[in-house]
Amino acid sequence: MDAILIQILNGLDKGGAYALIALGLTLTFGTLGVVNFAHGAIFMLGAFCAVLFQNILTFSKKVKDESITFFDAYKEQPYLEIWWGDTGSAIIDYAVPLSILFAIPVMLLIGVIMERGLIKHFYKREHADQILVTFGLAIVIQEIIRHFFGANPIPTPPPDVVAGSAAIGTFLGLNDNLVYPWWRLIYLAFSAIIIFSVFAFLKFTTFGMVVRAGMADRETVGLLGINVQRRFTIVFGIATVVAGLAGVMYAPILPPDYHMGMDFLVLSFVVVVVGGMGSLGGAVAAGFLLGVLQSFASMNEVKAILPGIDQIIIYLVAVIILLVRPRGLMGREGVMDD
Amino acid sequence: MKKNTPTLNRRGFLKVAGAAGIAATAPLFFIKGAYAEDQKFRNDPGKGKTVKLGFNVPQTGAYADEGADELRAFKLAVKHLNGEGDGGMMNTFKPSSLKGTGILGKKVEFVTGDTQTKSDAARGSAKRMIEKDGVLMVSGGSSSGVAIAVQGLCQEMGVMFMAGLTHSNDTTGKDKRRYGFRHFFNAKMSGAALGPVLEKEMGKERKAYHLTADYTWGWTQEESIKETTEGLGWKTTKTVKTPVGAGDFSQYITPILNSGADVLILNHYGKDMINSLTQAVQFGLRDKQVNGKTFEIIVPLYSRLMAQGAGKNMQGILGTTNWNWALKDEGSKAFVKSFGKEFGHPPSQAAHTCYVQTLLYANACEMAGSFYPPEVIKKMEGFKFDGMGNGATEYRAEDHQCFKDVLVVRGNDKPKSQFDLLEIVQEVPRSQVEYDAKIFGGDLGPYKV
Repeated sequence: MDAILIQILNGLDKGGAYALIALGLTLTFGTLGVVNFAHGAIFMLGAFCAVLFQNILTFSKKVKDESITFFDAYKEQPYLEIWWGDTGSAIIDYAVPLSILFAIPVMLLIGVIMERGLIKHFYKREHADQILVTFGLAIVIQEIIRHFFGANPIPTPPPDVVAGSAAIGTFLGLNDNLVYPWWRLIYLAFSAIIIFSVFAFLKFTTFGMVVRAGMADRETVGLLGINVQRRFTIVFGIATVVAGLAGVMYAPILPPDYHMGMDFLVLSFVVVVVGGMGSLGGAVAAGFLLGVLQSFASMNEVKAILPGIDQIIIYLVAVIILLVRPRGLMGREGVMDD
Repeated sequence: MKKNTPTLNRRGFLKVAGAAGIAATAPLFFIKGAYAEDQKFRNDPGKGKTVKLGFNVPQTGAYADEGADELRAFKLAVKHLNGEGDGGMMNTFKPSSLKGTGILGKKVEFVTGDTQTKSDAARGSAKRMIEKDGVLMVSGGSSSGVAIAVQGLCQEMGVMFMAGLTHSNDTTGKDKRRYGFRHFFNAKMSGAALGPVLEKEMGKERKAYHLTADYTWGWTQEESIKETTEGLGWKTTKTVKTPVGAGDFSQYITPILNSGADVLILNHYGKDMINSLTQAVQFGLRDKQVNGKTFEIIVPLYSRLMAQGAGKNMQGILGTTNWNWALKDEGSKAFVKSFGKEFGHPPSQAAHTCYVQTLLYANACEMAGSFYPPEVIKKMEGFKFDGMGNGATEYRAEDHQCFKDVLVVRGNDKPKSQFDLLEIVQEVPRSQVEYDAKIFGGDLGPYKV
């Protein structure tokens, strides 16, 4: 029971990341018709917003390190600590949650620049061209990050107060050994809030209504005199912010490195395809479903029966679902069929 | 009657002597030619004024930071060999035939390649350096898979391979090659060094759970550490292979919580180690009490660059390392000083081994008086030296593995400086980590290819 509960939680928080990335991908694909292979890189850029913000907060005064006598080495003492003492340290401790405020405008700006500067020139091109150009863009972004931040993962810890684990076993009256990291629980709640907000935005605002109408029939909405294109640019910005925030909050779980986006990209595309191209609900459902399935497939008991199943489960499920439901879980006829 | 006895007059003597002289020197003449023919080898610098070495390191990919540090060390070694800079370990290395005038009077130049930490890319890059750039020796590494692949290629092409950071037993075990030499220690030696420390700190009744990187290095490290811990009386609860570059290891960590194990052994390196350790700590493994004991994590192969990535999570965790910049012997001090002056930070263990390998190759050429690989190899085999940071060291002839002291280290919880990340627990003497060369099998192959 404990093992099952913990694998469900594990799958849900991983699924949360998949769902957030897939949500952004589906938004871009559904509105602009662009297959954006740079979306993983945007997730990575989000994580590096947390790193950059942490670096800004820990901007330091260099003091000569007297303990090293062989050569001139320098110790670093953050200015915030020099100026404000314990308050400064507390601010640094909360670098990751605070960096959300920093990441939102930065990611929105990156999204708009990307769309206006590059993506818009590829709206009418073949999907293959879009894949090539966005994949190339992803590599360029990766290499820029590697140049400035190096190749090794950079530790980006959560605030001390949530650095440990929650005793959920004790809380639920189960085994005391049953614990789960606080930050992963926070991530799960965070992804649920973001997903809910995006859906609410699209469902309950006029802007959202126009976007949904545009996704269903762009031509008719255009004929009604509405500038769908401009709204879609904003949608691209929103998709970028969603992926960026997913990255920011993921930084304490997986110390960011320049390649982390690529690791998520392929899986996220599988999630989109399984969920149904263009279906936002499908992307979210498939994200959580595949996360949980992957988690269960990694259990030693399962691997004892089917060795190596943890490596292929996602693709296996994708193949089965596409055979049974060629448009994915929630894909509708007529959407993205051409 | 005149007796017809043979007499040797002056003319006769000259004739005989002349004929004998020609007869005697003729074979020498032919042998001399044959000898020169015999010593033909790839990329012979001949009468050229320079020699070229090839440094094949990961410049992109997960080990790029390690590769960058290796490259710094190679550049420094070349500088010192050419008589520039302060000379670093050339001043402490003994017995040394190095003169600071390049190698055999020829100025050392180098080319670099990018292994991308992929065997095929590494072989491609090594092949280019050998065929196009004409290098005499290839060095570098940061992955055993890569090192073994490049070592095999070098044997086929008759070019020497001085391995950089590679820790798998296979490099000088079942995949050893006559043209390949490894200065770095290996998993077997890590196990032998760690054993007594583990017994002292954690006792004899422990249950270990292994997470292992699924490739040659991970497999051999798991095998060696398991052998050591089971020898202490520990039980192995489970060994789980994890894909290289898995990123999120939580799905492999959660089953440990209820496995009954009280020790986690992470046979991971680089980015994988940083991620799996960070996540293991987040899952509260280090705060757990299992079987009445505090749960412990062990990282058998440590590096300072990894410790930097894992941050606070590394503090208090035991492991082994080939070398550390905080060592106080003359060789280490000279190298750290020279490297620190040049680059503003101390060298990593990867940098150390690459620097030493370059100097050792140059020295063997000087000893052989030639670049002819079979002669250089013979000088290297069984070569005993000191002053390179690990005490008295020997390149064992049977498997081309260097034997020297090994360091057991612990993540420092009270670092005195930003570089002071590893605390040296024990300098384990060479005698404790030595083993019989035959146990891993393999065949070095011929001198002449």
